[in-house]
Amino acid sequence: MRGPAVRTLAPVLAFVALAVLIYVLPAFVSDFRAQQFAYVGIYTLALIGLNVLTGYTGQISLGHGAFMAIGGYTTAILMAGNEQFSGGVKDIWTIPVAGVVAGAVGFLFGLPALRLSGLYLALATFAIAVATPAVIKKFEGFTGGGGGINLFGLPELTAGITPVNVLGFELNFNNWLYVLCWTVTLVGYVLAWLLLRGRTGRAFRAVRDSETAALSSGVNLATYKTLAFAVSAAYCGVAGSLFAIATTFVNPDTFPIALSIFLLVGVVVAGLGSLVGAIAGAIFIYYMQISWAQGMDKVIPDWLPILGDVDTSSPGAPAVVFGVILILLMFVLPGGVSGLVARLGAIARRGYHRSP
Amino acid sequence: MAPLLELAAVEARYGPVQALRGISLSVEPGEVVAVLGANGAGKTTTLRAISGTVRRSGTISFAGKTLRGGPEAAAKAGIAHVPEGRGTFTDLSVLENLRLGAYTRRDRDVKRDVERVGGYFPWIPERADQRAGTLSGGEQQMLALGRALMSRPTLLMLDEPSLGLAPMVVREIFRIVRELNEQDGLAVLVVEQDARIALRIASSAYVLEVGKVAVAGTSAELRDNESVRRSYLGY
Amino acid sequence: MADFFQQVVAGLASGGIYAALALALVLIHRATGVINFAQGEMATFSTYILWTLTANHGWPYWPAFAFTLAVSFAGGIAIHQVVIRPVERGSLLRVVIVTIGLLLLLNGAMTWIWGGEVRAVENPFPTRTIDVAGVAISLQDLYTIAVVLGTVVVLWAFFQFTKVGLAMRAAAVNPAEARLVGVRVAWMLGLGWGLAAALGAIAGALTAPSVFLDPNMMQAVLIYAFAAAVLGGIDSPAGAVVGGLLLGVGLNLLGTYVDFVGADLRLPAALLVILVVLLVKPSGLFGRPEVKRV
Repeated sequence: MRGPAVRTLAPVLAFVALAVLIYVLPAFVSDFRAQQFAYVGIYTLALIGLNVLTGYTGQISLGHGAFMAIGGYTTAILMAGNEQFSGGVKDIWTIPVAGVVAGAVGFLFGLPALRLSGLYLALATFAIAVATPAVIKKFEGFTGGGGGINLFGLPELTAGITPVNVLGFELNFNNWLYVLCWTVTLVGYVLAWLLLRGRTGRAFRAVRDSETAALSSGVNLATYKTLAFAVSAAYCGVAGSLFAIATTFVNPDTFPIALSIFLLVGVVVAGLGSLVGAIAGAIFIYYMQISWAQGMDKVIPDWLPILGDVDTSSPGAPAVVFGVILILLMFVLPGGVSGLVARLGAIARRGYHRSP
Repeated sequence: MAPLLELAAVEARYGPVQALRGISLSVEPGEVVAVLGANGAGKTTTLRAISGTVRRSGTISFAGKTLRGGPEAAAKAGIAHVPEGRGTFTDLSVLENLRLGAYTRRDRDVKRDVERVGGYFPWIPERADQRAGTLSGGEQQMLALGRALMSRPTLLMLDEPSLGLAPMVVREIFRIVRELNEQDGLAVLVVEQDARIALRIASSAYVLEVGKVAVAGTSAELRDNESVRRSYLGY
Repeated sequence: MADFFQQVVAGLASGGIYAALALALVLIHRATGVINFAQGEMATFSTYILWTLTANHGWPYWPAFAFTLAVSFAGGIAIHQVVIRPVERGSLLRVVIVTIGLLLLLNGAMTWIWGGEVRAVENPFPTRTIDVAGVAISLQDLYTIAVVLGTVVVLWAFFQFTKVGLAMRAAAVNPAEARLVGVRVAWMLGLGWGLAAALGAIAGALTAPSVFLDPNMMQAVLIYAFAAAVLGGIDSPAGAVVGGLLLGVGLNLLGTYVDFVGADLRLPAALLVILVVLLVKPSGLFGRPEVKRV
């Protein structure tokens, strides 16, 4: 098979292969690793969403952790209840609600944000990220304040106490979590792909490349800019919802300021467009976060030499290493991992065409 | 007498676009030379190649030495480049613009030269603290010229000084340039679309076309040759 | 009423610190178009150097401070040369990420080198209060205000009256034309980063006596500095100073007299300032509206 048929078939095959790999993986890794990879899936979903905003329409947001918080707290409140509401909603049903709520807030934020661009937008969104933990703490009655909301042991939590039966497989909590997160993420990727390949995607890119040109070719800037905000917020809301289910607990520190910064970092590491890139970005920020908390020696296997005799158990080491990696990545791979994948693909295709 | 400025087979490109395809020209000390031609012929690029603001190859020598590096080196060597659009620092005051012109000088006569420039443009001392961006087009051009003089250059390069200015203002500017050339022996390389006014002060000229020198000669030769005048100079 | 004056003076002092850091942010943004997210960590790093010299090596305060300023200045230039120059011309996002990487790097380095425990830095100013018209005013606040104002005046004089200062101003607004008159624009940009780093060192040294030194010391101050810079106009040095002072006093009074805000919502209040300014007049108090280049 040659020519155009290969070109559309190849990415689909690649996606299917990746999906199969993802579903099969838990059989080969420990329970603990499955849980870790579930988190990677959550971050991948958030990055796919943020990519719609930053990669496609070129708007920089340093505040999407706030949308994850909105999604996470929506789920927690619906499940466990607060002073106004008695809770009792099954966890799976809270996920789409979280997405809608976060998306609506994203849309509302997108409206005034229309007037800002570049650095000003980045600062405005950063302001939101910083304000969020303090605001959550302040409105105690609604959010449970600093004490947070506990989801552990709730009957609404699937597989929380007894394993759940999915398609004939008995899954305990960690494996169920893995399947849930990755299914949502893969669906989310397909939806994003469908959204972006058509007119909407082109309009998004037009907004990024030149607002004036977009305007003169009839693209309604306002619609697409706010749409991008809403979509990216919805994705992060769903990711936040999954996060709450995964950690079975939310409080203001679950979604700290650093999260918003890490999400932007992840998007840039991921680059534009490929699922592999998004996963790579998610892995980067996930391991950056845990090594920060636990020290790098827990993350790096013993046999991997890292910078000679760097004392990897020191608390400052991970931040230094990740900072350096990030800076070097920007020098060498401004297009992120997706850029690298694209370049490798181009090389592969050239080799393919040269063969007789 | 060795030429003050000499270009040999100079090429220049903007990315994939080749703007100069091998330009050779020379300016004698104290001479006024005009570079003429239509839009896009490469006139501005020629000046940029000399001051080093565009990627170039070929040999450029100035005052007997090869000119290398960027505009900072050209400025230090004694070339003052007044770019298209004047290049005044619009946010800074008139006086500050002049002071910047003397940036490469290490001596202490800057104040005296400010006065000298004031002699050529009497309105300057009165408006020394005015923001340069609020000046009229003609005044900005004069300010740019004054700034160029502050560096005590050996070669003055002017890029389309007549652009956007009223004819009377243009005549005044060219009169001053001629005066500088006659009194101080300042060599001038002037790029112009208005060939007529340029040839009035230039002793020789090069006509560029698509990045190459199409015609060259003394002003008299070019003026007297009717076909050259019609096809290349537009009058 | 006495309370009011005390809060105003205290607000001017904290506002002065915000102003110093905001001035650093503005200098860098004017020259290179970059928002340096690592400015706070650079300031903290400088403060650690000051602490090491005075506490571990027994240097007297003012020589140690002068040395710290010099090292910070050099460090700022070095950071610009090594980390920023390679990505200066690229996309905004790229440069922002590089400064975030720098933030991580410096924060981690500080924890690594000096540990995460809180340190006490020598206070060069007396901590007692003096009586001004019956009101007890903190001497430390007054000295802080004096140092900041003095720094601002010195900086202003540098930019107004010296050749290099003029060249830096020219390089910031018209780099292409500046090169034509012989200004080495790249060096001017590096100088801008050096000056900004020195300003950060001053801000850090003024902050440490009240809040104690730890790797995260300047993070809140950085956010207030952002608010001040946005309020004053992101390209206006005068705006940064006025914005910082206004913000310091405003937040202090808000925190004291409005119960709802109190101490916990001080930070979000500052952020509300950022948001409101960005929505109403993005160019800030002293800035000029940005002309979009097509």
